[in-house]
Amino acid sequence: MSDDLNIKPTDWQSPEMVRHTQMRNRRERRFKLFGLSAVVLAASFLFLLLGKITLDAAPGFLQTSIEVDITFDKAIIGDPRQMDRDAFIENVRRTNMFRLVQASMDTYFPEVTDRRDRRRLLRLFSAGARDQLRNMLLADPMVAGTSKRVSLLASDDIDQVIKGHIDISLPELQRKVKNKELSWLQKLEEDNRVSLHFHSLFFTSGDSRDPELAGIWGAAVGSALTLFVTLIIAFPIGVLSAIYLEEFAPKNRFTDFIEININNLAAVPSIVFGLLGLAVFLGTMGLPRSAPLVGGMTLALMTLPTIIIASRASIKAVPPSIRDAAMGLGASPMQVVFHHVLPLAFPGILTGTIIGMAQALGETAPLLMIGMVAFIVDIPASLTDAATALPVQIYLWADSPERAFVEKTSAAILVLLTFLIVMNALAIWLRQKFERDW
Amino acid sequence: MTTSAVFVISVIIALIAFTNVRQRALISVEGDPSHLHSLPRHYGYYAATCVFLPALFVFLAWLIFGKNVVEGLIISGLPEDFFNQHQQQAQLLMNRIRLVVENGPATETSSEIIEAANQFHTLYTKGIWATFILSVAVGCAGWYYALTRTKPSFRARNIFEQYLSIALIISSVIAIMATLGIVLSLLFESVRFFQEVPITDFLLGTKWSPQTAIRADQVASSGAFGALPLFAGTILITVLAMLVAGPIGLFSAIYLTQYASVRTRKIAKPTLEILAGIPTVVYGFFAALTISPLFREIGEVFGFDIASESALVAGFVMGIMIIPFVSSLSDDAITAVPNSLKEGSMALGATPSETITKVILPAALPGITGAFLLAVSRAIGETMIVVMAAGMQPNLTANPFEAVTTVTVQIVATLTGDQEFDSTKTLSAFALGLTLFVMTMLLNVVALRIVRKYREVYE
Repeated sequence: MSDDLNIKPTDWQSPEMVRHTQMRNRRERRFKLFGLSAVVLAASFLFLLLGKITLDAAPGFLQTSIEVDITFDKAIIGDPRQMDRDAFIENVRRTNMFRLVQASMDTYFPEVTDRRDRRRLLRLFSAGARDQLRNMLLADPMVAGTSKRVSLLASDDIDQVIKGHIDISLPELQRKVKNKELSWLQKLEEDNRVSLHFHSLFFTSGDSRDPELAGIWGAAVGSALTLFVTLIIAFPIGVLSAIYLEEFAPKNRFTDFIEININNLAAVPSIVFGLLGLAVFLGTMGLPRSAPLVGGMTLALMTLPTIIIASRASIKAVPPSIRDAAMGLGASPMQVVFHHVLPLAFPGILTGTIIGMAQALGETAPLLMIGMVAFIVDIPASLTDAATALPVQIYLWADSPERAFVEKTSAAILVLLTFLIVMNALAIWLRQKFERDW
Repeated sequence: MTTSAVFVISVIIALIAFTNVRQRALISVEGDPSHLHSLPRHYGYYAATCVFLPALFVFLAWLIFGKNVVEGLIISGLPEDFFNQHQQQAQLLMNRIRLVVENGPATETSSEIIEAANQFHTLYTKGIWATFILSVAVGCAGWYYALTRTKPSFRARNIFEQYLSIALIISSVIAIMATLGIVLSLLFESVRFFQEVPITDFLLGTKWSPQTAIRADQVASSGAFGALPLFAGTILITVLAMLVAGPIGLFSAIYLTQYASVRTRKIAKPTLEILAGIPTVVYGFFAALTISPLFREIGEVFGFDIASESALVAGFVMGIMIIPFVSSLSDDAITAVPNSLKEGSMALGATPSETITKVILPAALPGITGAFLLAVSRAIGETMIVVMAAGMQPNLTANPFEAVTTVTVQIVATLTGDQEFDSTKTLSAFALGLTLFVMTMLLNVVALRIVRKYREVYE
């Protein structure tokens, strides 16, 4: 007989039992620690992701400018006093405004005489500097002939140097910005001509191949148009079918089938909806590619189950006594639903719709399928114009080789996340505000 | 005159009819609504429906069939010898005509095409005008009809409600139409694909290179459409994702339901759920830009060679994404276990962890299995993370440090950029989509059934 069995099971003070209990307690603490660390780990992933993107994004909202003394030489741009207004505008449109910058640089850096170097001087500036000067002239033709200190957009490489993203300690051959350019930049900096400031162009312009000119407005408008289509299709259809299934549908095979279908539809991978959009909307119906109309229709099918499921849940939550009371006063079944049940269920329906719209806003894959991945500079003006959407813009920029697009991508992500957080916060607020116990 | 103007005008006529008929109903009883069968506005609703529905049908008919009819007319109107010459490419011909309509005749060389394009334009404009006139006509007819029926004894509400209930039924049918549309469109295109590539080659072939098969001289069934490496890549990444999300998600759920205080739970649960709300393209960017270099450096320290696009990175980041799915579904399953079981176990002297592992988890197992299956289905169908982090190279390997490609990546790769709609390469994407749909559908059905069955036990 072994020793163990000589101890009574209730003998808690015995050394064996004490050891056994200690072991069990240790195991308990370890298990609890596992649980806690799982939560902490998951949360730290979230903070790592958000933190990293925020850090990367911050410089994306800033942009380097270089102040230059420009003489608006009448010999180059024409004289608005002697020319017809239209002829002047035509002339300004046709003139290469970099000739003004070149002239200014020639006086500022008189030591640079080599033709190649003089051209490289111009590359300190963004191609957008041309449009800046042109717009200035078109807005006020009277600056012609005067001299002015103008703040011009720097090129993306110079911008990256100023922001410290290009390692200037590397050997010259391994970096995009060469020593000569750095020395020019140094001189400009010493004269306090280089400044970093808030980059409003990022919010107001469309896509561009030049990172310093690229903006998210085109994608934001595209997203808004797409979501508009999604909303006007998915919301009425979703709410009406929820009403039918919850209030009027007989319990039979057919409605069971619809129900199973909707649940399954909610779990279909989003890219499959893209394939559907491609085959049916583009292939069969011949609707235009890349259009918010098609994008919205595709996303509407995807959002529909979310809205139906949420609406049914909140219609179900309205107690039968309300229906009975309305019925008792002589309302028809339709009036019961539309005058009494629906208004009470509405906050819940709205919450579900907002959550569904937030999902649709973040969706990329189905939009790739229907061609919304094209490079589009123009701001879309109608539902059938070629457009892109915010998440697709992020995907496109993430693929771009220029270093400066990293911060633009992060900045666009930050904007997208802000929208999503606002939408979700709104949904939570609505839920809390209208939550009630019957 | 654009198509949408037609729509807007029918809405306006419907609104006018609403006010007019409502007014008429009131006049017919000298302003005393108690003599009417229904409320005055019901007469208005009825009239608006009478105007709007027929007009909508005309509008939809034009939207759906208009273009095809016009195109058919144009094609048959082309000079006969010209058409015979290009008969093989009727579609191509139409595209050229469309290009001229959209961009002007600058780039087009054939005078027949320009001629046809002009004709197309006139016909199309005529079509829109015809639609417009027809919809206004049927709208006004509906209006007149509603007016003639507006009598005090007319049961406007009942009839309007009948229309409304039809609208309700149509709405729910649309949900089925979506599923049906998915199945049919995938099936239809896949059948065309399988006519060229035998289904066994597709499912069992080990070589995937759709690029080479696009050439006409290439025999498509030469094995270039063997999807096995894609399935292998998908499964590898899914397994990696579940290795990350499974334990973390389950342990989070256990901690949050069993140990955490109400306050901690209230904060931690929504925090974790933010992870599910982040767009997947953001995860993809994060994977490619942050996690991939990080893993490569860690790999170098330990002497592993991790490719910059690797299954490991994609799987890891996807795992992070699906943590909240696992945790909140497991959470539901664990909370559904009746308290009496837990209290019974505790009363017998078991520690909380013993109670959890020996009583609660076994009881919640079906629910947790369902949660895991749903997460797996999610991982299989996920697109953007793998597109940005997993690579394009078909690779039949179990080594997580190498680049692999997945079903969804290849769908994106074959369908973005310019392509012919009818090439085998394009069709292969639909075959992949069908496989993906069937796989995830099966997983979902099984998962939902398990979850439902399990719920019945304690109810």
